[in-house]
Amino acid sequence: MALLIKNGRVLDPASGLDDITDILVEGGKIRALARGLAPAAGAGTEEVSVLDATGLVVMPGLIDMHTHLREPGHEYKETIQTGSRAGAAGGFTSLVCMANTSPPNDTAAVTEFILEKARREACVNIYPVGALTRGLKGEELTEIGDLKGAGVVALSDDGHTVKNAGIMRRGLEYARNFSLPVICHCEEDDLSSGGVIHEGITSALLGLRGIPPVAEEIIVARDIALSAWTRHPVHIAHVSTVGSVQIIREAKARGVKITAETAPHYFTLTDEAVRTFDTNTKINPPLRSEKDVEALKEGLRDGTIDVIASDHAPHSSLEKDVEYDTAAFGIIGLETSLALTLRLVSQQVMSLTQALEKLTINPAKILAIDKGRLGEGADADITIVDMDAEHTIDVTAFKSKSRNSPFHGWRLKGRVIYTMVSGTIVFQAKS
Amino acid sequence: MELRNKDLLAIRDLSPEEILLILDTAESMKEISTRDIKKVPTLRGKTVINLFYEPSTRTRTSFEIAGKRLSADVINISSATSSTTKGETLKDTGRNLQAMNPDLIVIRHAAAGAPKILADALPVPVINAGDGAHEHPTQALLDAFTIREKKKTLAGITVAIIGDITHSRVARSNIALLQKMGAEVRLSGPYTMVPPYIEALGVSFIPDIGEAIRDADVIMMLRIQLERQQHGLFPTVREYARFFGLNRERLQRAKPDVLIMHPGPLNRGVEISPDVADGPYSIILDQVTNGVAVRMALLYLLIGK
Amino acid sequence: MATMQTRIVLDKQDLNRTLTRIAHEISERSRGMEHLVLIGIRRRGVAIAQRLSQKLHDITGVPVPVGALDITLYRDDLSEIDAQPVLKKTEIPFSVKGKRIILCDDVLYTGRTIRAALDGIIDLGRPMSIQLAVLIDRGHRELPIQANYVGKAISTTSDEQIEVFLEEDDHIDQVLVKKAA
Repeated sequence: MALLIKNGRVLDPASGLDDITDILVEGGKIRALARGLAPAAGAGTEEVSVLDATGLVVMPGLIDMHTHLREPGHEYKETIQTGSRAGAAGGFTSLVCMANTSPPNDTAAVTEFILEKARREACVNIYPVGALTRGLKGEELTEIGDLKGAGVVALSDDGHTVKNAGIMRRGLEYARNFSLPVICHCEEDDLSSGGVIHEGITSALLGLRGIPPVAEEIIVARDIALSAWTRHPVHIAHVSTVGSVQIIREAKARGVKITAETAPHYFTLTDEAVRTFDTNTKINPPLRSEKDVEALKEGLRDGTIDVIASDHAPHSSLEKDVEYDTAAFGIIGLETSLALTLRLVSQQVMSLTQALEKLTINPAKILAIDKGRLGEGADADITIVDMDAEHTIDVTAFKSKSRNSPFHGWRLKGRVIYTMVSGTIVFQAKS
Repeated sequence: MELRNKDLLAIRDLSPEEILLILDTAESMKEISTRDIKKVPTLRGKTVINLFYEPSTRTRTSFEIAGKRLSADVINISSATSSTTKGETLKDTGRNLQAMNPDLIVIRHAAAGAPKILADALPVPVINAGDGAHEHPTQALLDAFTIREKKKTLAGITVAIIGDITHSRVARSNIALLQKMGAEVRLSGPYTMVPPYIEALGVSFIPDIGEAIRDADVIMMLRIQLERQQHGLFPTVREYARFFGLNRERLQRAKPDVLIMHPGPLNRGVEISPDVADGPYSIILDQVTNGVAVRMALLYLLIGK
Repeated sequence: MATMQTRIVLDKQDLNRTLTRIAHEISERSRGMEHLVLIGIRRRGVAIAQRLSQKLHDITGVPVPVGALDITLYRDDLSEIDAQPVLKKTEIPFSVKGKRIILCDDVLYTGRTIRAALDGIIDLGRPMSIQLAVLIDRGHRELPIQANYVGKAISTTSDEQIEVFLEEDDHIDQVLVKKAA
């Protein structure tokens, strides 16, 4: 079946296209992209249905390059199936899932399991990240060649920093043979351990153990230096501090091939949110100060930060309905990331094209996957959004298995109307 | 006038008027403890549960005596005998206690914010008897009561709080209370035990303890936990006592009628020298006496109607 | 108060005469001032006790000690009233043991305040006796309690209010009966 998306504002950051036009989808691909396409423009043998996108923005399907799908091992929090549905509801057509499952994705067998599960149960594309070290322990490298063969698109011990700089160096060098980017979780745990909140005014007030910004910045600086020395790109995950932004900006200016991401909660909330002891504000790295938020926005604006990723980290009430000190780190984000990013557009931090670039073509380039664009011949992964529709975030209506979002009850603009993967509609908003 | 909230979780939540109401009510309560028959029938038939997840003799006993002097039935549950060892969550423990219809729960817990979990989950009033390094509101109230008893006022006096600020719920509650009541608060101690941005709370930090004490009306010494030494927060007990402890020589710089306070238990010879602890300026035992009156006042104000 | 009918039952002079009369009755019936003390119930009972003490001193030449009793903690209606009463101090600067106590209050109505005061005093020790002196007895008792000394008995309906004003607390001496018009 062919599909004609008519009269939408088609916005493709990869090509710079931003125009009212039509898209013809056929055989899972974008067949034509032009104004005034008629249903008859189809191959003729197929029935063409028409989707009127008047007043809506038609964009490449979003890519979340930092998701935790929890399968295998913690299926009570999320599964590949539920996570993919949450992604689709949030406008994501591709999810890059981190390796800290149980067992961790440190062997080809686990990668194959994930991909097989995804083939059977996921409604969006799933790209696994392989562990850089066995068991995420930071001691021995994984069989990186094997992991690549099984289908991983990047390497990361996310959740942990590879503490030993020597191992990190060897990891980068060896990953270079297989052209796999390394995603760095930057945290010096000698400085952060025991901490549950940004070390700042709120931690001073609440008496909660702080995580100083310097715990992140030391490792950001280290990993950039190692990247420069090994000449292998690193991608800095969930940047949260003004210092990290400065270090990354300065390294990019020197020509070091690094990229960086931040998550919507870091540019939306500050440590003030912790005042109520709501464990849905407990994440690692922690929510930082107003200054950090401003620096992140500036970093997004000037391109220091390439990617916005959700760091979707589902947890159940078992981990979250407890004392702040003992609660697990992490919040879910697949179903709020786009709307929170669009806030930055209405705050004039970025243009819409810039914002979408960080959710589409930029992660695709970093991971070297042919996604995130709307050209003729591209996969028909398309997200259609009503930019003006206001909606109230209701975690109980989430497709995710978990409910741990600090944004419950927020009113946000920008509602996903359709999400399609290879031409198939995988999510449609209730009218 | 009455308290606005169902619970007492933090000094932060109290208005100056509410603080005064508590202190004034405590003044009336204090007389009861001087009688031969130290009991009034006010809370007859009410049940107060002391739920203590951290060992505490002083605070638990103080709450127990306060409840009993008002004729409440007081039940003590300590973590060793509770079902927490069986993996029950705090919320579940709270719900189980609620099912037995208590009238008030006093909770001490090692995790900051734990009392709020109970208060939010249960209809019964909750008093925070110390949560992690967050707050210990009843301690600050009894400290304020004791200062006011001796100095007649809290406004305009200078209070130096000295020692391990970072890990001290007593310091946090006292800072909040003294500021609300118009006192000047100075902090001092090793930088390893002072949170960055502490000035944002509206207090001054003076690294030299001698300077911090200068012309102070009140000196509050905080207990130093000796295990902090293993975490590199201070090199040795000897050095701590020498540079950050209160001794008679240092005391010369304070006002002649200075008051010395300590929330207890004392590490004699570490943060406070024995002659100072037992000396004429020390009101450490008045603090303990007044603790009962302040807690009686809170019980009356929260469940006395 | 436009909808209230107000009537003065005692003015300044009436009030003074009444208290003088009570003081005389106390001194006559007490057969010596030994062990005699006055305890006023907060709030206006205290001023009444103080005035009676002064008058007894004038009559007998003997000083009669005065204490102040706050009955809040002994009330039986704490759970029924809307606003929580503010707790005041009980200040009794003598031991009640073996004393002949004259409890003083402004208005005797249901008797519940006196019940609370009796409990409060007995918690302080065992007096030899307790008698009751009130400025106004307005009837409507709910407990078996009677005053030994009554300034003025007024028959009232329960929708009427008795308001006692004393200079010590209110800058004027008078007793009013108010009734909704």
